[in-house]
Amino acid sequence: MDFNRAHVLEMEDIAFFKPQKRVALENCGLIDPESIEEYIAKDGYFALAKCVSEMTPGAVIEEITKSGLRGRGGAGFPTGTKWAFAAPEVADQKYVVCNADEGDPGAFMDRSVLEGDPHRVLEAMAIAGYAIGASQGFIYIRAEYPIAVERLRLAIRQAQELGVLGKNIFGSSFSFNIELRLGAGAFVCGEETALLASTEGRRGEPRPRPPFPAVSGLFEKPTVINNVETLANIPKIIRMGADWFSAMGTERSKGTKVFALAGKINNIGLIEVPMGTTLETVINEVGGGIQGGKKFKAAQIGGPSGGCLTSAHLGVAIDYESLTQAGAMMGSGGLIVMDEDTCMVDIARFFLEFTQEESCGKCPPCRIGTKRMLEILDKITTGNGTMEDLDHLETLAETIRDSSLCALGQTAPNPVLSTIKNFRDEYEAHILEKRCPSGVCLSLLSYTIDPEKCIGCGLCAKACPVEAISGVIKEPHSIDQSKCIKCGACMDTCKFSAISKK
Amino acid sequence: MSCNCGSVVKDERFLLIDKILEQNNRDEAMLIQILEQVQHELGYLPEDVQSYLAEAIGIPLSTIYGVVTFYSLFTTEPIGKYIINVCMGTACYVKGARDILAEFEKQLDVRVGGTTEDAKFTLRACRCLGACGLAPVLNVNGKVFGRLSTEDVRKIIDQFE
Repeated sequence: MDFNRAHVLEMEDIAFFKPQKRVALENCGLIDPESIEEYIAKDGYFALAKCVSEMTPGAVIEEITKSGLRGRGGAGFPTGTKWAFAAPEVADQKYVVCNADEGDPGAFMDRSVLEGDPHRVLEAMAIAGYAIGASQGFIYIRAEYPIAVERLRLAIRQAQELGVLGKNIFGSSFSFNIELRLGAGAFVCGEETALLASTEGRRGEPRPRPPFPAVSGLFEKPTVINNVETLANIPKIIRMGADWFSAMGTERSKGTKVFALAGKINNIGLIEVPMGTTLETVINEVGGGIQGGKKFKAAQIGGPSGGCLTSAHLGVAIDYESLTQAGAMMGSGGLIVMDEDTCMVDIARFFLEFTQEESCGKCPPCRIGTKRMLEILDKITTGNGTMEDLDHLETLAETIRDSSLCALGQTAPNPVLSTIKNFRDEYEAHILEKRCPSGVCLSLLSYTIDPEKCIGCGLCAKACPVEAISGVIKEPHSIDQSKCIKCGACMDTCKFSAISKK
Repeated sequence: MSCNCGSVVKDERFLLIDKILEQNNRDEAMLIQILEQVQHELGYLPEDVQSYLAEAIGIPLSTIYGVVTFYSLFTTEPIGKYIINVCMGTACYVKGARDILAEFEKQLDVRVGGTTEDAKFTLRACRCLGACGLAPVLNVNGKVFGRLSTEDVRKIIDQFE
C-alpha cells in the first residue's frame, strides 16, 4: 500500500477552493446541523459565553463596529452602528429580528447557513440581544424553505435544553429567547419595515422611515434587524477579534462575502471570497469558466435590484463601492452568469416582470411606473418598439428610482438601466432591425424549413395548428411566415431536424 | 344522512379551525401562521372560512381578506391534488424554465395558475426555490425534480397519474 499523501490534493490546491475563504460558511457541510454538540465542538456558543461573562454590551458593540462588518442583505449599512442606535433606547421590551426572507431569485446563501449551521445564527442573535438589551428574538423565514424551518425549530429546542437560550444564560442576568415567524410568499417582505409588518401578522407593506426600526420597530419597540449572513459573521468576530476580521477585504468593505454562483457556469454553488476579489477570479477560477466553452457575456449581480456587469468589468475588485460604481450593487449576493445565448433585453424584462408582480402597490411610482416600463419592454421584445420608447424607458426608470417609497421600487429599474447602458446595441437591434441577436425573443424569431434536409413527409404540415405549412408530398415543404404563430409544433414533430428557428 | 346543506362538513371544518385558533391563542399577530395552518388542512381559504376567522379573532373580514390576497402562498380557490411548482427564478429562467412551463401548459391543457378539469393538477410558476444548482427545477407536492428538459415533462405527469 502506498500511503504517500503526495497524490491527494489539499483543499487549498483545488482551483475551486483556492481563492476562497470561509467565515460565514465555515461549518456548513462539515458539522451535523442537527447536533448542538458538533457546533459546540467547533467553538460554538463560546462567543456568547465570552460576551455575557467578560464583556459589557458597550464593548460588544465597540468590537463589531471596529471590525467594519456591514450588512450582507444588500445595502451594506455598518452593523455596529445599527446596534449602537438601538442600544441607548429606553423601552420595556426590545427585539432582535433575523431577516431570513431570502427572496432574490437565484440566491440561496441564507438557506445554506440556516440548513447547514443553524446554531450560528441563534448564537449571533443572542449576542445582538445582549448588546442592545433585548430579550426576545424573531427569525422571519420564508415558508419556501421547509428544511431550514425544521432545523431552526430543532436548534432552538436544543439550545433551550442546554440553557444557551432561555433564562439567565451562563448564569448571568441575561435572558434571551427566539421564535420563528414564517413568511407567506411576498418578496417585498425582505424590506425591513415590510418585514416587521408581516411579523406582526399584517400585509407586508413598507412604511416611510424615520422612525427607524432601531427607535420604533416591531410592535413599535426598538428593534435591530440583521440578515442571516451578517449574523453568521458575528460569533467568529467576537472569538477572533475585530482586527482579525478587518484584516480581510478592502478599505471600506471588510471580511468575506458569500455569492450564489449560478447560470451558465461550470461550478454552480455557494462560494465565499474575501471582499476585493475580482470578478475574473470568481468566474474563471472559482466558477471554472463558462459552460460548454461559450463566451462570457454578462453577470447579473444583486438580483432584481442589481445590475449586470460585462466583460469590461472582469477586473473589478468586488466590494460595496466598486459594484455601485459599476452600476450594479452587492445585493444579497446572487451572481448569475450569462453567456452569448442570453438576450439582455429579455433578462431586463424578466427582472422587471418580477419586481412589478412583487410590488406591494402602496406607492404609485413603483405600482404604476414598473407596469408602464414592463409594457414598453414587452413592445420592444415583440418587435413593436421605437427609439422614443427607449428614451421614455430611461426617463421613467430614473423617476421610479428617485421617487419610490422603499428599496424595492428604488432599485427596480436597475436591471433595465444597466442593460441599456451596457448593451444598448441589443436594444437597438430589437427596435431598428426587429431582430433578437441571441435568438431568445420568440416574436422576433422565424421557423424555416431547410429544403436540403426536408424529405417532404408532411408530418409538420399535419402538426401545424394554423395550416401555415404547405407543400407536395415527397418534396420540400415551406412555412408561410404570415400565418405562423411560432408554436414550435412543427419543429417537435420533424424527424429529420430540417426545421430551425432563428 | 344524504342532506345536501353541507352543514356536517362545515362543522368539521370549523372544529379544525377552532383547534388551530387555540394553538395560536387567537392572537392577531399570529394571523399569517393561522391562515397557513388552516390552508394546510383545507387546501384553500374560501370566504366563509375567512368570515369565521374574522369573528373568532375579532378583526374585520377586510383585514383577513387583505392578508390572504397579499401573500402568494394563500389561495381562495380549490386546488388540484398535485401542485406543480415550476421555479421561475433567474437561474432556472436562464436555463429554459419558460420552455418547461409551456410544455406543462400544453400537456395538461391548462394555463399557469389554473387547475386541470379533473382537479388532479394545479400548475404554478413560483419564485426561486433556492435550488439553483438543479436548474431548471420544479416540485410536485414537495417532491423535487431537477436539471429538467422538456422531454421530462410527460414523465413527471405520468408519475402522478
